[in-house]
Amino acid sequence: MKAAVIVFPGSNRERDAVAALEAASGTKPHLVWHRDTELPKVDLILVPGGFSYGDYLRSGAMAAHSPIMREVKARADQGVRVLGICNGFQIITEAGLLPGALMRNAKLKFVCRTVHLRVENTDSAFTAKYRKGQIVRYPVAHGDGNYWTDAEAVKRLDGEGQVAFRYVSDESRDDGAWNPNGSLDDIAGIFNAKRTVLGLMPHPEDAVSAFHGNTDGKPLFDGLVEALS
Amino acid sequence: MTTAQQPEVSLEMAREFGLSEGEYNSALEILGRKPTYTELGIISVMWSEHCSYKSSKKWLMTLPTTGPQVICGPGENAGVVDAGDGDAIIFKMESHNHPSYIEPFQGAATGVGGILRDVFTMGARPIANMNALRFGAPDHPKTRHLVSGVVAGIAHYGNCVGVPTIGGETNFHPAYNGNILVNAMTVGVAKADRIFYSAAAGVGNPVVYVGSKTGRDGIHGATMASAEFSEDSEEKRPTVQVGDPFTEKLLIEACLELMETDAIVAIQDMGAAGLTSSSVEMAGKGGLGIELVLDDVPMREEGMTPYEIMLSESQERMLIILKPGREDVARAIFEKWELDFAVIGHLTDNGKLVIKMHGQTWCDMPIAPVSNASPLYDRPWEPTPAAAELEESVRALPSDKTLGDILEKIVACPDQASKRWIWEQYDSLVNGDTRFMSGQADAGVVRLPGQTKGIAVTTDCTPRYCLADPVRGGAQAVAEAYRNLSAVGALPLAVTDNMNFGNPEKPRIMGQFVGAIQGMADACRALDFPVVSGNVSLYNETNGEAILPTPAIGAVGLLPDAMMAVGIAFKNEGDTILLIGETKGHLGQSLYLREILGREDGPPPPVDLDVERRNGDFVRGIVREGLAVSSHDIQDGGLLVTVAEMAMAGGIGANLSGLDGADAGVLFGEDQGRYVLAVRPENAAAVQEKAKAAGVPVTVLGKTNGTALTGRGGEAITIARLKKANEAWLPGYMAAAE
Repeated sequence: MKAAVIVFPGSNRERDAVAALEAASGTKPHLVWHRDTELPKVDLILVPGGFSYGDYLRSGAMAAHSPIMREVKARADQGVRVLGICNGFQIITEAGLLPGALMRNAKLKFVCRTVHLRVENTDSAFTAKYRKGQIVRYPVAHGDGNYWTDAEAVKRLDGEGQVAFRYVSDESRDDGAWNPNGSLDDIAGIFNAKRTVLGLMPHPEDAVSAFHGNTDGKPLFDGLVEALS
Repeated sequence: MTTAQQPEVSLEMAREFGLSEGEYNSALEILGRKPTYTELGIISVMWSEHCSYKSSKKWLMTLPTTGPQVICGPGENAGVVDAGDGDAIIFKMESHNHPSYIEPFQGAATGVGGILRDVFTMGARPIANMNALRFGAPDHPKTRHLVSGVVAGIAHYGNCVGVPTIGGETNFHPAYNGNILVNAMTVGVAKADRIFYSAAAGVGNPVVYVGSKTGRDGIHGATMASAEFSEDSEEKRPTVQVGDPFTEKLLIEACLELMETDAIVAIQDMGAAGLTSSSVEMAGKGGLGIELVLDDVPMREEGMTPYEIMLSESQERMLIILKPGREDVARAIFEKWELDFAVIGHLTDNGKLVIKMHGQTWCDMPIAPVSNASPLYDRPWEPTPAAAELEESVRALPSDKTLGDILEKIVACPDQASKRWIWEQYDSLVNGDTRFMSGQADAGVVRLPGQTKGIAVTTDCTPRYCLADPVRGGAQAVAEAYRNLSAVGALPLAVTDNMNFGNPEKPRIMGQFVGAIQGMADACRALDFPVVSGNVSLYNETNGEAILPTPAIGAVGLLPDAMMAVGIAFKNEGDTILLIGETKGHLGQSLYLREILGREDGPPPPVDLDVERRNGDFVRGIVREGLAVSSHDIQDGGLLVTVAEMAMAGGIGANLSGLDGADAGVLFGEDQGRYVLAVRPENAAAVQEKAKAAGVPVTVLGKTNGTALTGRGGEAITIARLKKANEAWLPGYMAAAE
């Protein structure tokens, strides 16, 4: 699998993403600077976490208009897989690759902790290595992870299997008490309609080794490698 | 020289700038004339306590600063130690106390920004942040607002720049009501042969300004940090700078990219006193002069005067001396990162600081005579009188409280309660190299990027000990840092100190400072734990009330493999729990005394440095051999609190049959040099044998077991109950305002 990681001014989890991709695929991903206008031929585009442009306007809003994003959208339209993590989720949502918006956490504070997620749909290259309903632990680290869309849209997302992950308890309870940011319907990550684009707030790339004390994120990268090699 | 239009200088004005009459007179003598307005501003910051260390230097010189592991000790932007294999660890801790009290969010944020720059300016990529915070009494009307703002400010800056905040400490005491302490520490990693220093060289070499534009923020911040507070201090809000962590992140990447070329001669960040101290220090260290043309300084505001430009403390700026002809290479890098880049002057051979603007000369003064004449004081000091020993009867447990009630109260007190509410606001995981963060181990542990080798980092100080006996308190702070590093298996390398004290012009306060330095020096020497960087913050007083003497110690240790480190949590049922070190039952200045008996008296526990070293070496060895499952040093609250913390972290209880009949001294005494280890039962005999061979006292306390602490007279104290109390205090306290 060949991958590209897009770097914006203020990206800060690109090295975590590179390490996880390299460990899973054995190939170093391309680092692509935001001002570039061309992408190498790749199977996966990863938009990493961080604070692109300081997130001073609205998280991801400036980066969504970077020159490279036109190319990312074109590739996504051709079916190239796109994975947006944390700030990357915000950026690809602002760029229109995914519906909805990410707002300030309900408690208005940045939150860094490990959460439990339920894998809601395994019919994608991102989630194929998980079992449907499996509970996994990923860390979160964000201040703007409060996913929102209108009531009709959320019904559609659910009905069409576009909800990828939900915040739940370790026993799969989804009563909102386990949600770190107040997101609608406990949504932690969503797919586009074709399930070729995934955006999520938690960080699978920081849960891929014994060193991290958590390997629950590894199947996500392994699944991509298997599907895209 | 051309005298430009500037306000007329007088003794009265010099006083307003913080200079004494004697200091003003020596300025007249050195220059042979009255200084210009701009010169007076520059001299006043160069001679301020904050920049000159005039009250503290005599004593700081007595600290040990050398050792085979030291690459660069105090005097540069940060200290540098050897981590083997060509790696160097660069670190420092610095205070931002006064600004954080006036404007907690920006004050704390820019504190983080400043210490980051001190570290990456030397060529290091920052890999860990820590902080040591002291707030006033929880029931003081300002405390909640200050906690909220400081924590949010640290999070705002550290999270955005992408450096994990992996630990720290937080205390509350009424002595900090009017003067909180915000001490921030950064640790970075560099190649030992690619370290950048600040001494300028090469007459004619270009002086380059990079980073953010200069505005009117923070003018005279260094002078503010060198005076006592009074009620009108809050009017000083305009002198607090505003931080921009996004620009800092770009500056880190751009500087590190430039450092991979051979373009740099010297580099220094513009911290306190901005362009003044950076230009004067760089030229001064190189024995050269420097000429600046301020028209070329990138400015954010219109109509700034030379005085304002030289004293601005706008953030995220660096001064670089480039090799001739490398301007274009450097410019291209900073333009790529969308940062300002300007050649603002050159080095000269006349030893002078010359400042030009609008075609006129605003400052023309010799650097060395002004720097060297920076006053040094041997301030009068009084030793702190020894505290009376406690009566023996204090060791009896009170008959009207159960042990569960006592333990619950201690783990829920503000100093001891879980600080999860704070640390969950910090990104502790970014970079994917964090092994242990706050609450998981005695020290934060990260691996070096791309390596298995790790470093452990801790910050420590017990101010209540320092107040009762500054010498013991100073030694204890160093010994505790040594223990925290040893407990995770790291070899302690070196120390950075952040000396926070009251007004040094008062002999009682100066005595606290002198005593703490003496204790620290003894401990650093005995433990081969030199001081490689530091910072002094004096005049922490409001309306004449001083803070507790707080010599905060930051320390770094080395792990050959970060995976060797162990945390505090109990991991298995049936592990043998061992107490390492000797228990005498010292209750003076203990948390038990304060929280249960409502007393803050007695002497702090004595520190036996030979024992610290022997026990630390032993525990480190056991951890490195893989024999320890869990490891925790005994500190605030004593033995039972330590075991309770291990149980709460792991969700596994303990049967403590070894504590049958123990009194309050044994259970809650704060004797030094002790650790609790959990080992697999099959290894327990071997560990005890090794302890005996090393002459280290070892006692079997019991076994990990169940979901409660049991064993003393049958009373079971459930972990759930302790955890609830421990976790509830801080979120409950903070929520009360919302």
